Amino acid sequence: MTFPQRFGPYGGRYVPETLVSALEELDEAYATYRDDPAFLAELRVLQTDYAGRPTPLFLATRLSERTRCKVYLKREDLAHTGAHKINNTLGQILLAVRMGKKRIIAETGAGQHGVATATVAALFGLECHVYMGEEDIRRQELNVIRMRLLGAEVLPVASGSGTLKDATNEAIRDWVANVETTHYIIGSVVGPAPYPTLVRDFQTVIGQETRQQVMAKEGRLPDGLVACVGAGSNAIGMFHEFLGEPSIRLVGVEAAGLGLDSGKHGASLARGTAGILHGSYSYVLQDEDGQIQEAHSVAAGLDYPSVGPEHSYLKDAGRVEYDSATDEEALAAFQTLSRLEGIIPALESAHAIAYMLRERDGGHGFSADDVVVVNLSGRGDKDVYSVADVLGVRS
Amino acid sequence: MSTSTGSALTGIFREAGHPLLMPYAVGGYPDLASCREIIRTYVKNGAQLVELGIPFSDPLADGPVIQAASQVALRQGVRPADVLDLAGTASQEGAGVVLLSYLNTILAFGGERFFHRCRDRGVLGVVVPDVPVEEAAELQAIARAHGVDVILLAAPTSTDARLARIAGNASGFIYCVSTTGVTGARTSLRTDLAEFVARVRRHTDLPLVVGFGVSTAEQAAEVAGYADGVIIGSALVDLVARSKRFDEALAEIGRLLYRVRSMPSFSR
Repeated sequence: MTFPQRFGPYGGRYVPETLVSALEELDEAYATYRDDPAFLAELRVLQTDYAGRPTPLFLATRLSERTRCKVYLKREDLAHTGAHKINNTLGQILLAVRMGKKRIIAETGAGQHGVATATVAALFGLECHVYMGEEDIRRQELNVIRMRLLGAEVLPVASGSGTLKDATNEAIRDWVANVETTHYIIGSVVGPAPYPTLVRDFQTVIGQETRQQVMAKEGRLPDGLVACVGAGSNAIGMFHEFLGEPSIRLVGVEAAGLGLDSGKHGASLARGTAGILHGSYSYVLQDEDGQIQEAHSVAAGLDYPSVGPEHSYLKDAGRVEYDSATDEEALAAFQTLSRLEGIIPALESAHAIAYMLRERDGGHGFSADDVVVVNLSGRGDKDVYSVADVLGVRS
Repeated sequence: MSTSTGSALTGIFREAGHPLLMPYAVGGYPDLASCREIIRTYVKNGAQLVELGIPFSDPLADGPVIQAASQVALRQGVRPADVLDLAGTASQEGAGVVLLSYLNTILAFGGERFFHRCRDRGVLGVVVPDVPVEEAAELQAIARAHGVDVILLAAPTSTDARLARIAGNASGFIYCVSTTGVTGARTSLRTDLAEFVARVRRHTDLPLVVGFGVSTAEQAAEVAGYADGVIIGSALVDLVARSKRFDEALAEIGRLLYRVRSMPSFSR
C-alpha cells in the first residue's frame, strides 16, 4: 500500500471485497499524481481562476468586540459554490478523469458537497448522480435545485433517518455495483483508506493560506483555530498545517443538537465509542450491540454519527480540543454574525461562531490579545428557509 | 495453490460429494419464532448448510430486501445474542450453520466473546462482508482459536494477486460474490461468472460457494454446474416479505428449495 492507512488505531479499509481493487486503483492514481507538476498546475489554475482561491482572511471587528479577542474569519464561504467542499471535488475530479472514469457519484448532507460535485462534473462533462437523504432534500431545497441546474441527478434516500449516513450507505452500494465505470467522490475525511488522507490533502489549502495570511496581517502565527466538525473535512483542512505548532490551540466544535444528554446530537467524539462505519474505524454513535444510532443537528452537514478517523486520533492524542454547540447556540450565532458582520454563515459554520460567543463553561478561554481564526466553512443561503421556520420570521 | 487443512465446514462439502444449497435467512425476521420455522423448512427441504444473518443497522453489502428485513428484526428488538441462540437451535436440529455478521456487531459483542459463543452454539463459520483479507488476520486468529472459520469473499473485481492472497488466508470455503453489486435478485447472472469461479479455482482447492443475486432454481442449477455451493438469500427473504400468511410463505420456500434440489446439477 502506498499511504499509511491508519491514524493510530483508526481508519483502515473495512469494505466489501468488490471495492478493494478500486481503492487500490485510487491509491495508485493518487500516489502518481499528488506530486505530478502537471496535475498540481492544473489544480492550481482551477483553484484560483475557477474556485476563487485564495479565499480572504477577514478581521471581524465587531464580532471581536463581542468575543473579547481578535477574531479573523477564513472566508471559505466565498469560494465558488459557497463552501470549502470545492477544494476536494476539484482534486478528485482531476483524479477521476485521469483514471478514465465516466461517471461520478457522491453523497451529500447539507447539499454543499453535492453542489460542489455536480459543479466539477459539469465542468468536465461527466455524468453525476448525488445521493441525498429525504429529510435533507426537504431542509436544503436550494441546493437540490442547484444540483439539478448543474445537470446532476439527485437520488432521494428514504432509508434510516433520511440523512447523511443513509445517503453515504446508498452511494457506497451504488459504487459496489458500478465500480468499474464510476468514481465515488466522497465529501469528507471519512470512508475507507485512502479517502481520509486524500480528502484531507485537498483541504489543507485552507490552513496553508491561513498561515500566510495571518503572518502577513499579524506578523505571527495565530493563538487559536476554531472549526466545526461533522465528519470533519473543513476542520482537518484548517488544522493540519498547524498540528506541529504546539502553542496553537486547535478547537473542533461538534453538533450538540438538543443537548449532549438528549440523545439527539451529532457529537461522535464527545459521546461515541470506537467502531466501524462507512469503511473506517473511528468514533461512532452506536448502541451496545453496535447498531449505528441516528444523529441529530439543525445543521444537515453535521448530522452524521461518526467522524473522520484522523479526528479520533487527534482527540486521543490530546492535540485538538473537541467541544460542541447546541442547535440553539448555533441558531443564535447564525443571527449574531449576520447582524454584526453582514455575513450569513452556514448553520454548520455557525457552530464554530457559537463556540466563540458562548458564556457557559468559562467561555472560549482565549485572552484579549489572542488572535483566533474561525473557519467560516460555508455560506448560509441554503439555510435561510429552515432558519426562518425555526425562528418564525418567514413572512 | 493452497491446500485446505480441512475444517469441519470444509468437510461437509467434501462428504456431500455434490454441490450444496445454502439458503439464507435474516436472523429474527419476521420474528424469532417464525425465523426458527424458516430454518426448519430449509433443513426439511434438504439444506445441509444454512446461512443466518445478524441484523445490522447499516448493511452496506445488502440490497433493499435484506435491508428492509433487517430493519423489521431490529425494530422488534432482535439482538445478536438472540441470533446466536437461533443458530444454536438450528445446529441442534441438524443444520450446519454459517453466520453473516458485519464487523461492528462483532466488535461491539467483543471478538473473543463472539467466537466463543459461536463455538458454543455450534456455528461453523462466519461471513464478515466488510472485512477484506487485509483486515482479517486478527479476527481469524481469534476465530481459529475457537475452531470457527472466518469466511473470506472473492469478487469479480479481485485481481489475481488478491485472489492468491485470499486463497492463502481462507478457511472453510471461499464466498464468491457473483456480481459487482449488493445482495438481491437479478434477472440474469453475470455472463463471465463461470470464468470468475474458474479463476478463483486456480488458486485454491477449498470449496467455492457462489452468492449475491442467485434467485431462481435455474440460476442455482447453472451455478451448481461449476461451484461447490450456492447461496440463495434475498429471493427467499422476499417470499416471506411478500406473502400475506406465514404458512403460505413456508410452503413457497419449500417449493423453491424442492425445485432447486430436483435440478440434475445438485446430484452430480
